[in-house]
Amino acid sequence: MSKTILTVDDSRTMREMLLLALQEAGFHVLQAEDGLKGLQVLKDQRADVIITDINMPRLDGFGFIEHVRRDATHRAVPILVLTTESDAEKKNRARSAGATGWIVKPFHPVKLVDAIRRVSA
Amino acid sequence: MDSLRQIFFQECEEQLAELESGLLEIQSGSSDDPEIVNAVFRAVHSIKGGAGAFALEDLVRFAHVFETVLDEVRKGRLTTSDNVIETLLRSADVLSDLVRVARDGGTVDEARIRTCSEELAALSGVPAAGETEEADEGFDDIGFTPVTVALPVFDDLEMSAEPDGGTEYTIIFKPYPSLYSNANEPVVLLRELSRLGEVTATCDTSAVPNLEEIDPEGSYLSWTIQLRTEQAEDEIRSIFEFVDGDCELTINDGSGLEESAAPVDDEIEALLARVRGEVEEAPAAETATGDNADAGSGSFGSPDSLMVQPETCDAEKAVQQPEPIAPAPQPAASNAVSSGDTEKRGSGQAEASKAAAPAKNDNKSAVTEAAQTIRVDLDRVDRLMNLVGELVINQAMLSQRLSEAGLSRSSEFATGLDEFEQLTRDIQEGVMAIRAQPVKSVFQRMPRLVREVAAATNKKVRLVTEGESTEVDKTVIERLADPLTHMIRNAIDHGLEKPEVRVANGKREEGLVRLSATHRSGRIVIDIADDGAGINRPRVRTIAEEKGLIQPNAQLTDEEVDNLIFLPGFSTASTISDISGRGVGMDVVKRSIQALGGRVSISSRPGEGSTFTLSLPLTLAVLYGMVVTVAEQTLVVPLTSIIETLKPKPGDVHGFGGDARVISLRNNFIPLVDVGRELGFRSEAADPGDGVALLVESDGGGHSALLVDAIQGQRQVVIKSLEANYGRVPGIAAATILGDGRVALILDVDAVVAGARVGNLGQEAVLAMAG
Repeated sequence: MSKTILTVDDSRTMREMLLLALQEAGFHVLQAEDGLKGLQVLKDQRADVIITDINMPRLDGFGFIEHVRRDATHRAVPILVLTTESDAEKKNRARSAGATGWIVKPFHPVKLVDAIRRVSA
Repeated sequence: MDSLRQIFFQECEEQLAELESGLLEIQSGSSDDPEIVNAVFRAVHSIKGGAGAFALEDLVRFAHVFETVLDEVRKGRLTTSDNVIETLLRSADVLSDLVRVARDGGTVDEARIRTCSEELAALSGVPAAGETEEADEGFDDIGFTPVTVALPVFDDLEMSAEPDGGTEYTIIFKPYPSLYSNANEPVVLLRELSRLGEVTATCDTSAVPNLEEIDPEGSYLSWTIQLRTEQAEDEIRSIFEFVDGDCELTINDGSGLEESAAPVDDEIEALLARVRGEVEEAPAAETATGDNADAGSGSFGSPDSLMVQPETCDAEKAVQQPEPIAPAPQPAASNAVSSGDTEKRGSGQAEASKAAAPAKNDNKSAVTEAAQTIRVDLDRVDRLMNLVGELVINQAMLSQRLSEAGLSRSSEFATGLDEFEQLTRDIQEGVMAIRAQPVKSVFQRMPRLVREVAAATNKKVRLVTEGESTEVDKTVIERLADPLTHMIRNAIDHGLEKPEVRVANGKREEGLVRLSATHRSGRIVIDIADDGAGINRPRVRTIAEEKGLIQPNAQLTDEEVDNLIFLPGFSTASTISDISGRGVGMDVVKRSIQALGGRVSISSRPGEGSTFTLSLPLTLAVLYGMVVTVAEQTLVVPLTSIIETLKPKPGDVHGFGGDARVISLRNNFIPLVDVGRELGFRSEAADPGDGVALLVESDGGGHSALLVDAIQGQRQVVIKSLEANYGRVPGIAAATILGDGRVALILDVDAVVAGARVGNLGQEAVLAMAG
């Protein structure tokens, strides 16, 4: 059973890149283009790891993470924050919200998979 | 990767459009919705993110500076004064240029980028020069210098090949509750450590309280790990990177120097020092505080406690739970984890092969694209369009056969056929609607153009666009961009007066250019109107005379004078300006519109301005045509070219040297083109008295009369490319299939008229007909 990864990013380019890299590594991929859609996907599907962007319309990454962490079903799912943010403040905010780890864009596929492995049992 | 690139650039276009319209909206002050600023920020941010992935460094660099300023705006630290907005709009243009260069190659105006970067830097208060380094350092800052670990994910066989070599590290690892609440797992970390070398881990369970005292979200376990590895200490730290601040971590390489690893900043360091010093007094309290200071309020225990303010997580509260906080969340982890190389390698491989197995089967179903739109390859739509074309033809054939069979209109066949016809039409419209796009995509390129032309001509211009949601075929939209660009340039450069002249004439200093689109009787009509001086008719006339385009004494109506500007070789600008005069004139505009089956007309009032009106078909897949007979062949003449039809009287046609003939019409002599002869269907000239003349407008606005034998009627026909199915034939634009199943050629009016000037088009049309 391959792991299921939910990717949440408003950029289609980024979603496609993640899809490509993750499928290549044998993951099953779910996609959402903002936090709200991400929560919708999680209503009836489960993910082993979530990768989310921070800057998104409607519901940003911080809000999305907080919601997931409040949800009994998904609260233990590792969440990796995928962001170009270069300031530590955002990273800490994401962690306060409940992010498990982070990946800085641009990412290398190997490093992406590596980061996933580092948070998933 | 190529398709990713394509997606990236497509997305860039969308983001750039969003960026521009957002900035314009902010400029207009019509809305103070903070979401607009957010969207503008996100647009630049997304471009930067994608560009980074493709290593488009120039783009990343500029987007970064741009984004920094937008972030200031977003945070309300920079107000959007006119000057600021101007700079931002200019920056959007530069960004757009950089995207274009990244996509298509070419060079960028370095000076312009530098100026713009500097202006932006001035706005954000960050020096432009230092910007790049800062960005780069920023990435390092965040820690993910991503994994210098030589940890090939799937084939790490050579790892720790020499268990006897390397350094023996002692790692003490005490997770805080926040580590668990953020879904990190000690077991995973231990597994990662075991990849670096030989691991022996001992779990300290002494802190686990009695069952009734266990806080399910507390943290009671800690580990002492012996790791023998050749990897540097940094590699070990990088494994704990994500839990930095969420645990207490000491790494000792055996040299006796204990080092506190995880907490990076001084504040935490100090706090931990206090923890160590005061550990006998209140270990849990201090630990909790230390944790708090780093991760903020949310890190303490369950996510439900997110609302708890740091101040409330004080020592007093924590002391109420004298033992370090929570339970063993991972039963598997509660015993010593020891793993030998061999064992670990084996499982690593198993994972590797599992992970590397292509997931082809679930690729499709895997993607839950939660969107309201889908992207479809244009080829597929065109294939569908083609099939619908066949369906239309088939339906027409069926109708014809049935009516030939003499079935009554009330028979069940006939009603069924009526429904079939209706459905076919609906499907056709449905498919055409898929190809239809709002003209917005081309209209939204115009504000930038207007800004640039206005700046270059020192004029003040306001652009108003209307009917942006009007839809028309994608191809029409694509081919509309160039003519529109040219006409808008003209409107500003030639149409609008200089500000001082406008003021002197009692007009607003700022000129107005209005671009609007509407649907009118099955066509799209686009108006480009300016409130400038109008067409200077005496001057147009003089120029046309100088250039030998008209006779000095020619009697021309105002409308005819206006239309002179469409003649090839006409250019009103006495010096060819950089703006409009790019070697193409209105004749090129007219020709490209005609190539789309459209028409251009002008109306102009001196002192009040000019309006150029484009009328275009909604689709290029079907065409309204007049079906005519020429030498027993059926041809279709596009209705858009036909001005009127007339029955020549014997006295109206005059020989004009050689084979040429003209027809006199309302005191004008118009060349008569014998279509049958032009196409080579017959060698003898047809008798005009037996036929019908179609008065057509062709290239350059000239009129000609096409002589055909008879008119069969008007109908909508499905256009079939002749080039794709047979080959290019001079004088023929395309083909179609009529209701009776016969192929009919669609006449290329311009080519036939032009051909008549230089001689016969030859035998190819005959061959095409036979084929």
